[in-house]
Amino acid sequence: MSPSAIALAVICAIVGIGAGAGFLAGARRKMDLEQWTTGGRGFGAVLTYLLMAGEVYTTFAFLGASGWAYSRGGPALYILAYLTLAYVVSFFLLPEIWEVGRRHGLQTESDFFLHRYGSKHLAAFVCVTGVVFLVPYIQLQLTGLGIIVEVASFGAVGRTPAIAMAVAVVAAFVLASGVRAVAWVSVLKDVLMLAAALAIGIGVPYAHFGGIGKMFAALAQARPGHLTMPGATTNLGHSWFISTVLLTSFGFYMWPHAFAASFTARGADTLRRNAIVMPLYTITLPFVFFAGFTAVLVAPGLSNGDLSLLTAVRQTFPAWFLGVVGGAGALTAMVPAAIFTLSAATLFAKNLYRPLFAPAMTDNEVARLARVMVVVLSLLALYFAIYSSTTLVSLLLLGYSGITQFFPGVVLGLYWKRATMRGVFAGLVVGVVTVAVLALGKHDLLFGLNAGFVALCLNFAVAVAGSLQPPEVQAFDLPVGGE
Amino acid sequence: MPRPAPAALLLASIPFAGVCFSVPLWDRIEPMILGVPFNVFWLIAWIVLSPLCLWAAYRIETARASRNREPR
Repeated sequence: MSPSAIALAVICAIVGIGAGAGFLAGARRKMDLEQWTTGGRGFGAVLTYLLMAGEVYTTFAFLGASGWAYSRGGPALYILAYLTLAYVVSFFLLPEIWEVGRRHGLQTESDFFLHRYGSKHLAAFVCVTGVVFLVPYIQLQLTGLGIIVEVASFGAVGRTPAIAMAVAVVAAFVLASGVRAVAWVSVLKDVLMLAAALAIGIGVPYAHFGGIGKMFAALAQARPGHLTMPGATTNLGHSWFISTVLLTSFGFYMWPHAFAASFTARGADTLRRNAIVMPLYTITLPFVFFAGFTAVLVAPGLSNGDLSLLTAVRQTFPAWFLGVVGGAGALTAMVPAAIFTLSAATLFAKNLYRPLFAPAMTDNEVARLARVMVVVLSLLALYFAIYSSTTLVSLLLLGYSGITQFFPGVVLGLYWKRATMRGVFAGLVVGVVTVAVLALGKHDLLFGLNAGFVALCLNFAVAVAGSLQPPEVQAFDLPVGGE
Repeated sequence: MPRPAPAALLLASIPFAGVCFSVPLWDRIEPMILGVPFNVFWLIAWIVLSPLCLWAAYRIETARASRNREPR
C-alpha cells in the first residue's frame, strides 16, 4: 500500500467509528424537540465538560493555531491568552444565564433576548445575526476537513469531494440523534486529539532538532523577530493583541451554540466548577504551537500556513500516524460543525420562522423544519468552503467581530435593571453595521486596534446612552430580576 | 439582579492583568524557561494560575450564598 492509501484508510476507519458511536447514542432513546436540542438538561459534570471541551478544540485550534504560529509568529499567542480569559468571563455569566434559562424554559440565545427585552424584532435580529456569523464558522470546519484530506492523500483526493463527503456524514448524524451523538463522538475525539497533540508537539521538534528547547534556540537565532509581536506581520502589535484578546474572550460564550450549550448543564454550580477547571484542558494547546514553530524551519515556503502542522507530521512520522492525526482532525472538524449546524437550524426554525411567520406551528413541525434547515445550512457552508480561499483565522476573527456584539445586551440584561430594549437594540445595530462596513471594506484594523473591538465599544456606549434616555411610555415590569 | 461579590470580581481581574493588559512587559524571548521563550512560558503559567484565582472566587461566592440562605 502507498503511504497515501494507508493514511486515508486510517482516517476513514476513525471517522466511521465516530459516526457509528453517534448513531448508537441516538438510537437508544426517543427524541422530542427539547431533548433533541438540549439532551434533556440531564448531562452530568463529565459529559458537560466533554461537550464544552469538544467545542474548544475546533479545527481552528488544531490547524489554525499552528498555521498562525507558522505564518504570523508572536501574534498567534493571543489564542493562549483569550482561551484562559474566556473561562474567567464564563464563571460569572453562564450560571446566571443557566438560571434564567431553567426558570423560563429557554433554549437559545434569541430566547434570552426575547425574554429579557420583550421584543420579537430584537430576538429576530439576534437570530439572523447569529445564523449569518455561524456560517463562516461552519465553513472554517469544512475547509479544515479539506486540508486534512488534501495533505493526507499527498494531493491525490481533491478538496471538494472530501468536503462534500464530510458534509453528508455531519448532516446525517445530526439528523439521526441531535446533541447526544455530538457528546459521545467528543469522547473519542478528545482522547485522540490529546494523544496526537502531545506526540506532534514533542515528536516533531525532537526528530529535527533533538528537543523543544533546541528548536526554540535555533528559531530565535534564525528568525529573531518571529517569536514576539508583531512577529512576521507589520501591524499586529500589542494594542492589537489587547483589543483582540478582549473581543474574543468576551465573545467566546456569545456564539449561539455555546450559549445554548450552557443550558444543557445540570446546574449553575456545575457551570461554575467547569469554568474553574476548563482552562486546564487548554494545557495541551501549546504543543500545537510548538509544531507550527518547528515547521517554520523544517517546511519553509508553504503557500498556506494552515497546511504547516500536517506537512510537518508527514515529513516526520510514518503514514499510519498521519492517518491517526488526520482522523482525529476530521472528527475535530465534524463535532463543532454538527453543533453549529444544529444550533443555527434550531435558531432559524424556533426563533425566526415560527414567531414571525407561523405562530400556530406545533413543536413537532418546528423540529421537522429544523431538520430541513440542517440540510440547507450544510449545503450553504459547503458552497462557501469550496468557492472561498480565506484562511481559517480570518474566518474565525470575522465571526467573533459579529458574535461579540451580543455581549453588551447579555451583560447589561443580566446585571443592569435599567437596560432598555431601545438602548440595547440600537447598540446592537450600530455594532453589527460597523462590523459589516469594516469587513466589506477589508479593514480588520482601526487605529492599530481590532476593528471588531472598536465596533463593540460603540455598541456598548450606544446601549448605555440609549437606556438612560427617559422612556416615552412607562416601562413594563422587567421579567428578569423582578424578585 | 444578581451581583457578584466585589472580592470575587477583584480576583477575576488578576488574570486579565496577567495575560492581557501587561503584554508589553512579558512579550520577549529571553530569559527562556524550560527551553520555552519567556512569553510562551508566561501564558502557559497563567493556564494554571487563572483557575487558582477562580477557585478562590468560587469559595467567596459559595460562602456568600450559604450565608444568604440562613434564616434571619
